[in-house]
Amino acid sequence: MWKYILKKLLLAIPVLLGITIIDYAIMSLAGSPLDMLVGPRISQGTVAARAAQWGLDQPIYVQYWNWLVEVLHGNLGYSYKSYQPVADLIASHIGPTLLLMGVSMILGLLLAVPAGIYSAVHRYQKRDYAVVSASFLASSIPGFFLALILIYIFTVVLGWLPSSGMITAGTGGDAADVARHMVMPAIVLAVGVAGGNIRYIRSAVLEILEMDYLRTVTAKGMGRGLVIRRHALRNALLPIVTVIGMQIPTLFGGAVIVEQLFSWPGLGLITMNAVTGRDYPVIMGVCLLSAVVVLVSNLLTDILYAVVDPTIKY
Amino acid sequence: MKESKYRVIWQRFRRHKMAVVCLAILTVLILMAILAPVIAPYSPTKPAGKFSQPPSAEHILGTDKIGRDMFSRILYAMRVSLLVGFLATAVSTAVGVALGLISGYFGGAVDKAIMGFTDMVMSFPYILLVLVAAAIFQPGMWSIILILGFVDWPGVARLVRGNVLSLRETNFIKSDVTAGMPRRYILFSEILPNTVAPVLVYATSVFALSILDEAALSFLGMGVQPPTPSLGNLLNGAESLSVLTGKPWLWIPAGSVIILLVVCINFVGDALRDAFDPKNS
Repeated sequence: MWKYILKKLLLAIPVLLGITIIDYAIMSLAGSPLDMLVGPRISQGTVAARAAQWGLDQPIYVQYWNWLVEVLHGNLGYSYKSYQPVADLIASHIGPTLLLMGVSMILGLLLAVPAGIYSAVHRYQKRDYAVVSASFLASSIPGFFLALILIYIFTVVLGWLPSSGMITAGTGGDAADVARHMVMPAIVLAVGVAGGNIRYIRSAVLEILEMDYLRTVTAKGMGRGLVIRRHALRNALLPIVTVIGMQIPTLFGGAVIVEQLFSWPGLGLITMNAVTGRDYPVIMGVCLLSAVVVLVSNLLTDILYAVVDPTIKY
Repeated sequence: MKESKYRVIWQRFRRHKMAVVCLAILTVLILMAILAPVIAPYSPTKPAGKFSQPPSAEHILGTDKIGRDMFSRILYAMRVSLLVGFLATAVSTAVGVALGLISGYFGGAVDKAIMGFTDMVMSFPYILLVLVAAAIFQPGMWSIILILGFVDWPGVARLVRGNVLSLRETNFIKSDVTAGMPRRYILFSEILPNTVAPVLVYATSVFALSILDEAALSFLGMGVQPPTPSLGNLLNGAESLSVLTGKPWLWIPAGSVIILLVVCINFVGDALRDAFDPKNS
């Protein structure tokens, strides 16, 4: 088992390096942060000085190498805009993002898992079609449009929920206040998670329901409810575990847009600002972090898979 | 023989009533988009009346803040969004099929390298890649097509590779190899036609995703740039509170068109999956 985990970790290193190389190359391809400096009051000399200070006067591969060496020494660099260390910037924004992503994922799975199982058990009945159609609708609504509709209903018309930020300005912001701010962004992300997964879970459960061993227990005279609860659901855990792992990159992507819309003070917000401002160190910091998160969640999925399915050998 | 095969597929497709309805809606919407210059009563980019008018007899969906007719703008926006979705899907499918064929057929080091790269692109929160790329290249319709095209291919590549691997073990391909058929013939005349159905089904979901992604990017101001209308950038104005609360005709129709398009594409894709599945009879 440990050997397996170690092997997976070693395999992840080249993938991680590859991702950062792609990031750096794309980022550098056309837009230099120096272009943002140019203005009537800035002399050629200032630009050159900045270029030297940021190391942008060197070829791209040297720049990348310098960045990599610094990262291996534990230094993610400093923001070009605010001059804050990137690590601090990320540390102060990661909490709200993790909170939002975690709550949305749990909410989404609480919707998707029972709905998918319900749909599979009642296959080809009206209820099944209703659930499947609902899931198509959920995965077809653009997140930002759903966000607009929710803001329109709950903030503008009903005035129940605040539409931006994480705490009410001027207050300490207790848990209830944060929860009120989180309702709408979490619903938007959770609908996306549920919409994409209901059909996946449904077909996974259907596949299991057709297995021979289930036919055997049914033939033995076990009741339908007991068959599903004791034998089918346990085996359906496996695909559900994979679903959780697959969610993370998508969820992170969705969070960038949702945070922007609801001014949620998380990583998505600083990412968008960094992207529009060509703040290289911040962009690279966020990309590195998200790549690590994705690879770690893939690894955890593999391990969980092994825990849930005793037939997997290493 | 060929003829009857298509008839069987169509018969199976027809059993999905929702999908048939969706196909009809989709056909109408696509025709409206193609015929936009003929149908649209006004120019999509020039003011045609008073500004910010609610829907009326002259402007059935009202006018925007500089007096452009919203109905005409939505027609042209559909044209742009469908084109972006279609071309992005074509690019990603072409790249994915090519890499998947090569990877699956040649195997070995080539396969390892291609699949490693595929995993890399797949395990990337891809909105980040899209955002970075969109911020860097001049935003606009063509860069959006290329960006989405080069981000969506890994799924197709994996699908095709898997198919090639299983086809290679079939007797008819083995007999081709034994008979000394040229590789090109085996790849393009034997293997490729047998992977068309799953690729087509997958492509419908990429098409739907591309339309959603274009809308999101244009909404954020990083996709298709105004004055060219796209379904995403029409919604851009709704971020301001006065539009959101007081002028629903500026954002509800455009958003509904996106949902309608994407839902219909998804339903049609799902029915195609069933219709192509040889296990269904």
